[in-house]
Order: sequence, then structure tokens, then C-alpha cells
Amino acid sequence: MLDVLAGFVRELRASGLPVSLTEDLDAMEALRHVALTDRGAFKTALAATLVKSHAHRAVFDTVFEVYFSLPPASLDWIEVGSGVAEPAEGAPGSRGAEDGLDLDSTELSAMVEEALRDGDDERLRALAALAVMMAAGITPGRPMGGSYYLYRTLRSLDLDGALGRLVAGARGEVGDEFSPLEERLARDRFEERVARFRDAVEAEIRRRLVVDRGPEALARTLRKPLPEDLDVMHASREDLVALRQALQPLARKLAVRLAHRRRHRRRGHLDFRRTVRQSMSYGGVPAEPRFRRPHPAKPEILVIADISGSVAAFARFTLQFVHAMSTQFSRVRSFVFIDGVDEVTRFFDGAEDISEAVQRVNAEADVVWVDGHSDYGHAFGAFWGRWGEEIGSRTTVVLLGDARNNYHAAEAWVVAAIRRRARHVYWLNPEPRSYWDTGDSIVSQYAVHCDGVFECRSLRQLARFVEHLG
Amino acid sequence: MTEAPRFASAEEVQGRLSAAGYLADPGIAGVVFLGDRLGKPVLVEGPAGTGKTQLAKSVAEMTGARLIRLQCYEGLDESRALYEWNYRKQLLRIQAGRVAEEAGDGSSPAAWSDIEEDIFGEEFLLTRPLLEAIRADDPVVLLIDEVDRVEVETEALLLEVLSDYQVSIPELGTVTATQVPLVFLTSNNTRELSEALKRRCLYLHVDYPDPEREQQIVLAKVPGISEHLAAQVAAVVRSIRRLELKKPPSVSETLDWARTLVLLGATTVDAERVRGTLHLLLKYQADIAKAAREITVEA
Repeated sequence: MLDVLAGFVRELRASGLPVSLTEDLDAMEALRHVALTDRGAFKTALAATLVKSHAHRAVFDTVFEVYFSLPPASLDWIEVGSGVAEPAEGAPGSRGAEDGLDLDSTELSAMVEEALRDGDDERLRALAALAVMMAAGITPGRPMGGSYYLYRTLRSLDLDGALGRLVAGARGEVGDEFSPLEERLARDRFEERVARFRDAVEAEIRRRLVVDRGPEALARTLRKPLPEDLDVMHASREDLVALRQALQPLARKLAVRLAHRRRHRRRGHLDFRRTVRQSMSYGGVPAEPRFRRPHPAKPEILVIADISGSVAAFARFTLQFVHAMSTQFSRVRSFVFIDGVDEVTRFFDGAEDISEAVQRVNAEADVVWVDGHSDYGHAFGAFWGRWGEEIGSRTTVVLLGDARNNYHAAEAWVVAAIRRRARHVYWLNPEPRSYWDTGDSIVSQYAVHCDGVFECRSLRQLARFVEHLG
Repeated sequence: MTEAPRFASAEEVQGRLSAAGYLADPGIAGVVFLGDRLGKPVLVEGPAGTGKTQLAKSVAEMTGARLIRLQCYEGLDESRALYEWNYRKQLLRIQAGRVAEEAGDGSSPAAWSDIEEDIFGEEFLLTRPLLEAIRADDPVVLLIDEVDRVEVETEALLLEVLSDYQVSIPELGTVTATQVPLVFLTSNNTRELSEALKRRCLYLHVDYPDPEREQQIVLAKVPGISEHLAAQVAAVVRSIRRLELKKPPSVSETLDWARTLVLLGATTVDAERVRGTLHLLLKYQADIAKAAREITVEA
């Protein structure tokens, strides 16, 4: 047991969770008080002592599943409740062992649908095991990722169809008064169950892979970065959801920190008059220097973002993040470009829902000039012509893009001109540093005119940059 | 400081909590149970309005303990959290000594050390919540509410109390707890708490309850609601929480909504009714508009 726990904690640390030695000891201590046979209590004990932030919980759950997976689900109930579930079933004797189950995938889907309708978790888990056994085709020793098996299993089950039929079934039960509201509620209910079933399938696949490869090896392949470390450029759809959820709290925390820092920053300049007056009470000795109240200047931020395909996801995140933090700046203006450039501040002003504003940016901004391939040179030139005058000495300009210019002219003089007017010019590049200046990337031509060029691939890096701005 | 544990099992915690009107899931009950067994504070985090503070209150109620509450705010300091010397009383004491002297009863003036010993006695100590919880002889539950509101530096004040259950007062020495109180800290996660604080605590994340539990909560807290209506309320709230909103409805808002529906004499929830009462669940106009569009419009 100790060995397993040690491996478990090591894996948590490898995944980026800060587990200290005391917490490790606390976990051991906590386990003395729970029954090891009670999986829920066991998990609670470990989670309460080892995971101290909700953002880390998903990682913990995955590692926990790998190290302490459920025992294989029992298939006994099929014999009992088979009458309705599988009318086509033969005599009970015809199934039992792993390969002896003569079900085909349609029958299995029917059973899954049945269990989904009843919301019977125990049965769903057993069915998930069955489905994996039949459809995933896990062969020992094959170096295949879990997602491949997941895809194979789910493909055989047609869950989307089942979802539609379940909602239709619910409608059929109630009859004509089935209102759209009820339909929506029913759909949400079934969707949640389907999600639970998918989780069960995933857990089962993991369990089988653990049996095959051992927990350490599997945990390594499943190791996933924390949401704030996800690479925005290569994020999958689920990753993007996680990122969006991480965005708001992060912006809020950062805003609190910036406000705090602004309020408590070092005192202002020496107030000579008040110091002299104060010195009267010490016989003219300036014993107690007085300072002016600092006037914290909130910077004005101007974001110019490339939203062409390659960096679109990243640009969206940055715009969303900067606008979520807009209270911390005196003004935020944003521009987007591909080969033409357009101001999009109006979408954010007065928009209560930032993600909606971002969608409008994509749909409505007028950013294509010729062919819709990035042309930094032309976009910058156009920007300078229309808005260059409005850059003032308090403006911080943030340029955003991978500087992949499709071999167009760089027009780097624009950046230099902006630099002369603005307080600071920064460039954020969502590509890894090693890719810069390869192919058609011309970061360094612009970089010489910037105050700083930052690699910015994850939310954490973005947050660090924004903190630096405030 | 070893003493008899308060609970025999996590199930017992769950049962007694529900008797006190708090429907805990096994996770919550399990952490409370461990908090008692390990003698460690429990740090409760989660969205606003999911019953974090209520948990501490209910635990106090079910164990028959006194609840001592320290509400945190920016600028909270030692003299508000730990203890303070009652300097007015100290001054009076010194004055009184002098008056007695001048009355000329012939006694020699009191030595400074006597006075000092006298005025830094327990009599002149004003206890604040943390010290009060430590010194209490009766069973207490200490609730440190919204701990994320104090500055990082102030957090350090809590550390000695949380790890050793003692308070050091320079003039008096160290006050150690006679019994380990149950301690709950709540946080709305407006900032990251320091590692030192987190390390000393057990962590509990209280999330929105699942529909079945929420239905039970509604049934328990809203008198006169039918089971059918409670189920519908829980289902609608679940659907609303699945949308991407600025502020999803909390449990307390669910209860407000359910109460309103009962007052309106509703027996079932339909789209019209939801649209008319959405402002009870959601507090932002944009959220209300979005939910009205998503939930109640013809599919």
C-alpha cells in the first residue's frame, strides 16, 4: 500500500501539483481513519489532504482513476433483468466468460439506452465494461492511446441517436402537453447521463490499460497540463472549455492583486512644504519627511491582434482576457487584422457578455483586404494611416501575432513610428520561441522596435504579462 | 491534547448534519469527519451561495458547540483577530494606585514591577475571536469567514492558531487550547491563499449540488412544496447552470425561487412562469436575457 501511495504522490507531483511532505504525511494519517474498502471515503481522504486547489482536482481525479481503479463491474445482473433489455437473447447459458457473450452491438446499444433512461449508474458501469470488451479491441502490448479505444467503443454505440430517441421517448410518455421547456429539461438530464456513461467507458478503458501496462506507464501517457499551462494554439475543444472556465477567475484574481498593488505601492514624491511645516515641531529638524499621495496611473491599452486562422484562438483569448481586466486600465481599445484592419472596441463596450462580443468580432469585423492571408505590413500601414494619430504618450500598445507574413513586405517602420509615440510597445507571440524566424516568420524585424517580445502560449504566461502591464 | 473524537464515522456526520437541516454529500461529511479525527482546520472553498458558512453553523449546531465567528476583511489586524490590551482600564488602574498613595496611608509607593505585573494580567486582556476560541472551556466551533479577504501578510496571524492551537502573548506567555476546536475557514477564491495556510488545512471544495440533492434541499427548506415541483425546480436550475453565465444561480437563490413559486401558488413550472421569475435566480440582465432565450424559447 505504501508503495502504491508513494507512486501516486510522485505522479501527482510530476503532473504539476505542489504536494509537500507534510501533506503526504497527512494523507497517510488520514487513511488510518477511513475504511480502505470504502472507495469514496478513501478518495475523499486523499483529496482533502493532497489537493488544495479546485483547479488541480481534474488532474487528481485522472491519476486516482489510474492508480486506484474500480474492480471490474459485475455482469451478473444481465441474467436477472434480461427479459426487457434484450429480447433477442438466447438461453442464459450462452454467455458468461469474456468472449462468450453473444450480443451484437445493436443489442448492446439498446441495453445502454434502457439503462440511460432509468439512470441506473451501476448498470451503466457494467455496460460500459461490456462495450469496451466487445468494441474497443484492446490488445495487450499495443502502444495505443486511450482516446483511440474510446473512439472505437463509442462509435459502435451511437449515443447521439440514443439521446434523440430518449428525448422522443420522454415526449411520447407525456403526450401533447410536452412543452419545449420540459423537452429542454429532459434533454439536459439525458445529456448528463450520457456524459456519465462516457466517463464510465473511459474509466473502464483506463482500468484495462493499467492491467496491461501498469499504473506508472499509463499515468505518464495520460499526464495532462493544468488548465493554466495548456498551449492555447493546440488546445482541443475540451481544453478550450477548461481554458474559458479558468479565464474568469484568473482575471478576477489578477484584478484584485493589481488594485492592491496600486494602492499600496511605495509612497509618492517628497512633499517639501509639508515636510518643512512638520519640522517646526522638532525645532526645524526635518525628522519626519512627508510624501505626496501617489497618483496611480492606469495605463491605456491598445491591443492589435492578428486573427487569421493560425492564431485565432489565441487572439480571442487575449482579447477576452484584456477586456475582462478592463477595470484595471483607464481605457482598452482593440483592433484586429488579417490583411486589413478594423477596430472592434465597440463590440466590447457595453457588452455584458465578453464571449459573445468575441464571437461578434469574428463575424462582423472587416479585416480582409485582398485574400484573407495574414499581411502584417499592409495591416500595420493601414492602422497607422487611420489611427496612428490617436496613440498618445500614455498608451501601451500590445501587438499580437506569430508574425508569419506570407512573404509580404514587413513595413517595420510602422512599429518604429508607433514606438516613438506610445509609452511602450510589446509583442506577444503565441509560438514557441524556437519557431521564431523560421519560414515566413519575421518576428525579429519587428522586435527591434519593441520594448519587449514575449512568448505567450498559455494562460499563465498571459497573466504574467498582463500583471506586468498593470 | 488528545481527546475523544466527536464522531464515530463519516456516515454519522452525514446523519447528524441532516438532522441539523444541512444535507451534506458523502464528500462533505467525510472531510468534516477527517477534520475532527486529524485535529486539522477545514478550508472550504466554492462558488458563493453553496452553503459554506452554513456548514460551519450546522456543525456547531449538531455538536451543541458555541460558534465563534471571525469575519475577515481587508485591514483586519492582530487587535481585531487575536487580542488587545484594554489600555483605558490599565490607565485607570495606575491612576487609582496613585490616588490611594496620595491619600497618605503611609504605605510605600508600589514598585513599578508590581504595577506592571498587575496591569498585564488577564483582567486587562480583551479577547478577540481567535483567542476566545483557544481559551474556551466549553466546546466551540471556530469559523474564519472569507479568509481570502485579508492580505497575504495578515494570513500569518492565523498560522500559529491553526497549526498548534495556541496564541503567544509576549506579556503573558503562550495560551494553549485545552481542547482542539473544530475550525472552518471559508474562501470565495478571490485570490490564491498562501501555501503555508493551505498546508495546514484539509481542503474541501463545495460545488453546486446535483439535482437529486438540490431537490432534497428544496424539499427540506421550503415548507409546503410538492415533490413534483421541487424536482422541476432542481431540473430547471440544473439546465440554467449549464449555460455559460456570469453568475450561475446559487443554492440560496434556488430556495428563494422555490419559495416564490409556492407563494404564487404554482403547482408546476412552465416556460411562462420561468420567464416571469427568472430575476430571482439571476442577478445580471445579460444572464437573464440569455437564460430566457435558451431555456424558454420554442426549441
